[in-house]
Amino acid sequence: MAETRSKTPEPWLDPHAEAYVRIENVTKRFGNFVAVNNVSLRIFKGEIFCLLGGSGCGKTTLLRMLAGFEQPTSGSVFIDGQDMAGIPPYERPVNMMFQSYAIFPHMTVAGNVAFGLEQEGLGRAEINQRVADILDIVKLGEYAKRKPHQLSGGQRQRVALARSLVKRPKLLLLDEPLGALDRKLREHTQFELLSIQEKLGVTFVVVTHDQEEAMTLSSRVGVMNRGEIVQVGTPRQIYEFPASRFVADFIGSVNLFEGQLTEDEHDHVRVKCEELAAPVFVDHGMSAPPLALCWVAVRPEKIVLGRERPEGTDNWAHGVIRDIAYLGDMSVFVVRLDSGREVRVTQANRTRKPEEQFSWDEPVYLSWDASSPVVGLN
Amino acid sequence: MSAPSRHSPHAPAPDGNGRKPAALTTRWEALWLLFQRLRPARWSAYVRDHWIGKPLVTALPMTWLVLFFMVPFIIVFGISFSQSVLAIPPYEPLWSWVDDKVLALRLHLGNYDYLFTDTLYLSSYLYSLKVAAVSTLLCLGLGYPMAYGIARAPPARRNLYLMLIILPFWTSFLLRVYAWIGLLKNNGVINNVLMWLGVIDQPITMMQTDFAVYIGIVYSYLPFMILPLYSNLEKHDRTLLEAAADLGSRPWKAFLRITVPLSVPGIVAGALLVFIPAVGEYVIPSLLGRTDQLMIGRVLSDEFFANRDWPVASAVATAMLILLVVPIMIFQRYQSRELAHK
Repeated sequence: MAETRSKTPEPWLDPHAEAYVRIENVTKRFGNFVAVNNVSLRIFKGEIFCLLGGSGCGKTTLLRMLAGFEQPTSGSVFIDGQDMAGIPPYERPVNMMFQSYAIFPHMTVAGNVAFGLEQEGLGRAEINQRVADILDIVKLGEYAKRKPHQLSGGQRQRVALARSLVKRPKLLLLDEPLGALDRKLREHTQFELLSIQEKLGVTFVVVTHDQEEAMTLSSRVGVMNRGEIVQVGTPRQIYEFPASRFVADFIGSVNLFEGQLTEDEHDHVRVKCEELAAPVFVDHGMSAPPLALCWVAVRPEKIVLGRERPEGTDNWAHGVIRDIAYLGDMSVFVVRLDSGREVRVTQANRTRKPEEQFSWDEPVYLSWDASSPVVGLN
Repeated sequence: MSAPSRHSPHAPAPDGNGRKPAALTTRWEALWLLFQRLRPARWSAYVRDHWIGKPLVTALPMTWLVLFFMVPFIIVFGISFSQSVLAIPPYEPLWSWVDDKVLALRLHLGNYDYLFTDTLYLSSYLYSLKVAAVSTLLCLGLGYPMAYGIARAPPARRNLYLMLIILPFWTSFLLRVYAWIGLLKNNGVINNVLMWLGVIDQPITMMQTDFAVYIGIVYSYLPFMILPLYSNLEKHDRTLLEAAADLGSRPWKAFLRITVPLSVPGIVAGALLVFIPAVGEYVIPSLLGRTDQLMIGRVLSDEFFANRDWPVASAVATAMLILLVVPIMIFQRYQSRELAHK
């Protein structure tokens, strides 16, 4: 999604590009607890930037500092080149969509949306026009007169979105925007969010704990852990080239093995893993001290199951199928290797022929391409 | 639900322990089984299944209201159509037997007519309404910031503050009003302090004024304003104010447009809890208030005890009730409207 959308070359690759939001060495402490630890980020105009992390990783605190509800303990936040220190939320060129939506229960849908415009002191006619326009965009035109308690969860979400967009902010902050919606509605709303973002050219900063949401929505993802940004990159980079064991483990499901570098050449490395019968061969080099301890990550979908032993000496393992979960489009297999280690493998269900399916307790060979594993030291 | 229903397979059956009923040997075992069949779990299931519970629950308050509100009111309402006589009880019975054959019912509307002809009653009504309304506004003005402050205090401290609000109730209401006499009278604490400080050289007359009545009522009824307001304000979602700020609203404007409208149910509840008893207030105006202008509660008691005119007193009481029913109905309409929102 992200790749097809960005027509302009990625601005983050240009070292001279002017960032719309600049977060510089921001730290936030609550008492002794460090919620955000020395975070620096550059977010560019028109981006959808996702802050992804588990609960308590500091992503919401970072977002609230952008909105102005929290002040950084140290460091600074620049929006559109302006230092935000001491600027209260009501004077920032930023709007936020709250996780709870925070819709005013005593106002109608139109009243909620008009609230922000009334604060600007616009004329009634213009307010009405802009409210009507934005309600059309989020497809709530007929619900203008309704009270919030008469709306469904998805409709409330769209009221919150309309209310935060109607002021035409340059930067929209979204706190778990799809968290309260059911699966079908989420998928639908994700694409709606993208088309609205494209139409209005707003910069989005999205906080989410849901990696799927982060993957489909964002141009770039910042993965957070314990108050720190551990990796920033496009969804593809983060998934395929995790910079650390935490990111590899956090994004998607993965099989992680401990190992030792036995060969470290300019065009390949070979890793010996206790839990795997054959060494892991990776077709690119890395720079590490000889015989360094490392981790190897192999994604479940990159492993191929087979009944015959793969050719070659590297990148295979042998085990017995312990469990199968049939998901329709694909199946998830849990294979217990001869070493006792259990490994997840997903296979697309390409045919409907039952004789080709693997079954419980069947001995199988696992193999993968030399480009698939990720090796890392930290 | 731990209580087994009557058809539950887990319900203790006579052979529940793998023993046939015929194998009963002792009378104690038989009694034990009987007890098992009749134990409260079964009774509660019976009550639940036969819809006895709901009427039972409502019967208690209904009985209370009928016994202590409806019956006395019907008696008072009846007396209000009677006539005063020198007897025990001091009014004419409403019905009597004419020639032991015909039951005659005599209703005098004169008592109500009298309420309008003598200006004492009307002016007392209006004065009571004015005192109650002003006191309610003062309570609101004082109570709202206090309730707001408590609701915004750290959760651990809220109970302490609420405790302090309720604390005066440990002392008798009457004693607290008497204490105000000691403060307000011409040679009381306030005047003495002001004279000692040299702010005034003549004592300010505070007793027997409207001012003293307001002080007494506001002081006594303030908790009734604060508590419902607090329970409303405490539930407010603070992210709403953040959302308002985010949309460009300054704090005081967000307060006016978000907090105040959302606290209307609390304001209404608090205002009625102050206004209704303040209209009929008897002790405070009697002890602190003016002697040239009575409140309706005082008129009522004078009519009843000093004048011994029970019919007129009953008419006053009935009229006062009607006067108060209107605000109660407004209150209930608000409550049901609020409930419909949930």
